[in-house]
Amino acid sequence: MSLTSDQLQRIAFLARIEVGPAELRGVTERLNEVLGLIDQLQAQDTQAIEPMSHPLDAQLSIRQRLRPDAVTEVDRRDDYQKAAPVVEGGLYLVPKVIE
Amino acid sequence: MLNSTLSELSAALRAKQVSSVELTRQFLDRIGALNGKLNAFITVDEAHSLAQARVADQRRAGKGNAGAVGPLTGIPIAHKDIFCTRGLRTTCGSRMLAGYTSPYDAHVIERFDAAGAVQLGKTNMDEFAMGSSSETSYFGPVRNPWDAARVPGGSSGGSAVAVAARMAPAATGTDTGGSIRQPAALTGVCGMKPTYGLVSRYGMIAFASSLDQGGPLAKSAADLALLMNAMAGFDARDSTSLERPAEDYGRSLAMDMKGLRIGLPREFFGDGLEPGVRKAVEEAVRWFEGQGAKTLEITLPNCALAVPVYYVIAPAEASSNLSRFDGVRYGHRASDYADLNDMYRRTRAEGFGTEVKRRILIGTYVLSHGYYDAYYLKAQKVRRLIARDFAEAYARCDLIMGPTSPSTAFVLGAKSEDPVQMYLNDIFTIPAPLAGLPGLSIPCGFDDQGLPVGLQIMGNYFAEAQMLGAAHRFQQATDWHQRAPRETPL
Repeated sequence: MSLTSDQLQRIAFLARIEVGPAELRGVTERLNEVLGLIDQLQAQDTQAIEPMSHPLDAQLSIRQRLRPDAVTEVDRRDDYQKAAPVVEGGLYLVPKVIE
Repeated sequence: MLNSTLSELSAALRAKQVSSVELTRQFLDRIGALNGKLNAFITVDEAHSLAQARVADQRRAGKGNAGAVGPLTGIPIAHKDIFCTRGLRTTCGSRMLAGYTSPYDAHVIERFDAAGAVQLGKTNMDEFAMGSSSETSYFGPVRNPWDAARVPGGSSGGSAVAVAARMAPAATGTDTGGSIRQPAALTGVCGMKPTYGLVSRYGMIAFASSLDQGGPLAKSAADLALLMNAMAGFDARDSTSLERPAEDYGRSLAMDMKGLRIGLPREFFGDGLEPGVRKAVEEAVRWFEGQGAKTLEITLPNCALAVPVYYVIAPAEASSNLSRFDGVRYGHRASDYADLNDMYRRTRAEGFGTEVKRRILIGTYVLSHGYYDAYYLKAQKVRRLIARDFAEAYARCDLIMGPTSPSTAFVLGAKSEDPVQMYLNDIFTIPAPLAGLPGLSIPCGFDDQGLPVGLQIMGNYFAEAQMLGAAHRFQQATDWHQRAPRETPL
């Protein structure tokens, strides 16, 4: 399966990554090379094979551990916000979304 | 001291032949002398390291209440810049995090701090651990001390080079598709990717969460065991961390090779293997046979598809994990934008490098409506077939051996414009993590250009001690692991 530049722009929008006109062709070509590699999978018969999402589920009966739904973290908002580009009054500032 | 193993350094500290401050100073000086050439470290803070060394010295002297003394107390260790550290900035090799200092420590960092180890600095790496050459770092490429025109492998290339060039006695790394083992092989050091779930991923910046696993790099298998004893352990903050009793990873270092069944996968000794790699690996296997081990040919037929499976699953998980870098809560934000979406798009276009963007785009595509079943679900099914191959193999053998990488270190830039060629470097290291299995790499010789070759030893789930035992026995009989690179003489 091969992507067109238009399809690539759609994917890039979903991924929230700007791909400029100058790089569009190169990015699409490289991506299609990788998709060519990935397409080898299509030849493999996987009928009746369950998808494997946990790396240990094939051999070990390890269940996903759950914890009680309780607050265990202390409030360190000020520490965390030190790394933010723009904060004000404890809020993260972003461009206006609703007029 | 620069060439000593961790046990030797530990003994010297215990006998007061050297203090942690003196030892740390020696390695800091070595970093100062070599880092301009090799670019193995992104961040070094001498005052921070020396302050930790002073505390370690007090701890060894029994002063204060800094805690019990262990084998790693006072030993400087370099950390891959993917592990969050409160005291040192954490960049993950990316412009996105070039100015980021974490408000918390990774579990691995907490464990080493608790053991009294000294943080020696943060090592360079492929951006967000995506790469096999350590060339994609925003902070420039890492160079191989065996030949500075060549790459050290990746993504933990800075950690591997720090150990190889004796800038650090040991280092941490992470392995998703080979990022500990392949750079270890290409730089002539030892590195291990443990069974998934043994080392907590808390505070380890996420790439592909179903594959990522932290592990050690060092000069010997015995050193890897010491580091694993410190690194591994349950952590409730990582939902995939395994609750298991503590184990001594060095308990089998004296193991007998007699009767050990070693599987040799037919697919690992095919045409794509460089002759120099084949020769060194086959000679190493013959040594094990000479010790009474039984070798048998095995087959991992679905591993031919391991690379395509990996390049669906890892980018899919990466596209989700890296969505957190949006210019809002931390990291880079573009300075010029029209609206919120534009801010996201420009921030991410500027903050991420080419390879990271490529993988996010691939991941977004394989997860998108209409393609999910054909790519992502399909890859997860073939992933199970690969895991079954290993299960069948380990019914017949105890360990699997083969090359870590099909080639020795390649020249900088040789594969950076060709992603598929770069991805195929990891053909022998990708299968084990897909199945959640452990693997390690140790030096086993050199090719005719004098470049190191790595022997990969894989084992069943939780077989780390046995793998390290076999590696240690080999290292008692050979000196490949003690050779230091020619470009960085001691």
